[in-house]
Amino acid sequence: MTPLDGLTIAVPRGALFDGTVELLGALGLDTAELRSNDRKLLFEEIGVITMRPSDVPTYVEAGAADLGITGKDVLLEQGSWGPGGEDGRKVYELLDLGFGRCTMVLAGKAGPDPAAEALRRLGVMRVATKYPRIAARHLEETGRQAEIVEVKGSVELAPLTGMVEAIVDLTATGTTLRENNLVVREEIVECTARLIANPVSYKLKAAAIDELRARLRELPVPSER
Amino acid sequence: MIHPIPSGTRDVLPDETREARAITDALRGVFERHGYGEVYTPALEYESVLARADMAEAQPAYRVFDESGAVLVLRSDMTVPIARVVATRYASAELPLRFCYFAHCYRGVAPARGQPRELLQAGIELIGSPAPDGTAEALTVLCHALDATGLKGYSVGLGDASLFPALMATLQVPEQARDGLLEALVMRDFVELERRIDESGLSGEPAELLLEVPQRRGGPELLGDAPAEAAEAVTGLRRVLELLEPAIAARVIVDFGLVRNIGYYTGAVFDVYDPALGAPLGGGGRYDELLGRFGRRLPAVGFALGVDRLHLALAGEERGTGALLARAVDTDGSVPA
Repeated sequence: MTPLDGLTIAVPRGALFDGTVELLGALGLDTAELRSNDRKLLFEEIGVITMRPSDVPTYVEAGAADLGITGKDVLLEQGSWGPGGEDGRKVYELLDLGFGRCTMVLAGKAGPDPAAEALRRLGVMRVATKYPRIAARHLEETGRQAEIVEVKGSVELAPLTGMVEAIVDLTATGTTLRENNLVVREEIVECTARLIANPVSYKLKAAAIDELRARLRELPVPSER
Repeated sequence: MIHPIPSGTRDVLPDETREARAITDALRGVFERHGYGEVYTPALEYESVLARADMAEAQPAYRVFDESGAVLVLRSDMTVPIARVVATRYASAELPLRFCYFAHCYRGVAPARGQPRELLQAGIELIGSPAPDGTAEALTVLCHALDATGLKGYSVGLGDASLFPALMATLQVPEQARDGLLEALVMRDFVELERRIDESGLSGEPAELLLEVPQRRGGPELLGDAPAEAAEAVTGLRRVLELLEPAIAARVIVDFGLVRNIGYYTGAVFDVYDPALGAPLGGGGRYDELLGRFGRRLPAVGFALGVDRLHLALAGEERGTGALLARAVDTDGSVPA
């Protein structure tokens, strides 16, 4: 038995990795290999699988991992049980882990707002994002017509080339936005790392999951780099 | 030549049909032995008739106009059509009524998720038999039916749709905050639930209970130290458990936070889990107010199993490689080696 009591947890590579590994270490997991070997994906002996953050809900929903850690931004984009959420990833959200804090913002070029001008003259604004659902929902809720342009890489490029008037993206410090002469126009939602669970695991492995959740709740929030 | 069919549908060829037939034959045998008569209803119904029920997430997704312009829908479940049949064809029949069905239902799907548009459901409806006896009978038929298919590792989560609303009422949660708390629970989002409890101005023990009680799930001992605020629902669950034979009671996970995403449930609700599959195989519950909407007020209970999911779980158990199978489960004994 591992310190995870036989549970398998999906761990995100990338910005949330260090904080996650710090928590797992504090739980008593031997994280040496996890830290040193960034090509290995499956760490069976400690009950860890690693993947990109946006894949975590996918593996957890399927039951390939009992638990997972990922950003609220990913969950907002992918997951939902509620009305209109039929296509959402069906996972339980158990705990706000407090680290990886960043903000989903609507941003645009500094100076006169081209989005406002587009709305006034054309009735519609163009918005580039990696988060089309969050962007569409925010613009609909604020009563604006928008053409959502989904991009996979550096979103900051889109307004600079004139392809769009605004972007919806995640920002922690705002440095990348500033360097590209972009300013935050609106803050949409604050996002942190969350602990999620597979719905069947949550019922069939209740004791182990509850204990892990309680221990994680007591741990200090991992330090931000 | 490849001629496509819509995503989420499929042609069932002899090998699969043979296996699926073995499953449905086993289920049908148990349903009939318990006195449930099989019914067929039309796949197409009037939208205005089905709309009498609150389907929440399982809304009919496909609509067509008939020759006279009336809106027809493809049914999204069998419970509502059977409620219609009872009100229409059994208006004065002696109770209780027992029906079973094997029928395709139709749901909308998300793009590229591989979700089924057409799913075969097997289930029963027991009408005119109130809690706790009716509920216990439905759970008994459910477990006997699953046993007959050869499924070994399953558990049945048992909760009560009225538990959380009752908890909110006795803890005097402000009226305007209640929908929000229930919505967070339906979203299975305990972070949001905590935030909304906080936001509603509750603190101390009531706040603690609202967050913690719906996370309680486990053995029957939970019923012993349940908070007084949820007494009515808990007493109902205890009565149901007392009526179950030991082998069936042993399958039950008491779950104070169990919610189902269909609106018509009123009392006991249940979900079927198997470690070979990452999602429930099916579920059901009491819908004591649904029949009234069709003009005959009768208590009722039923369940539906997804035949394809059951097939997947059986195949997973057979290979020993289902979703959670390789890993430990709380109820050790019930998982096949």
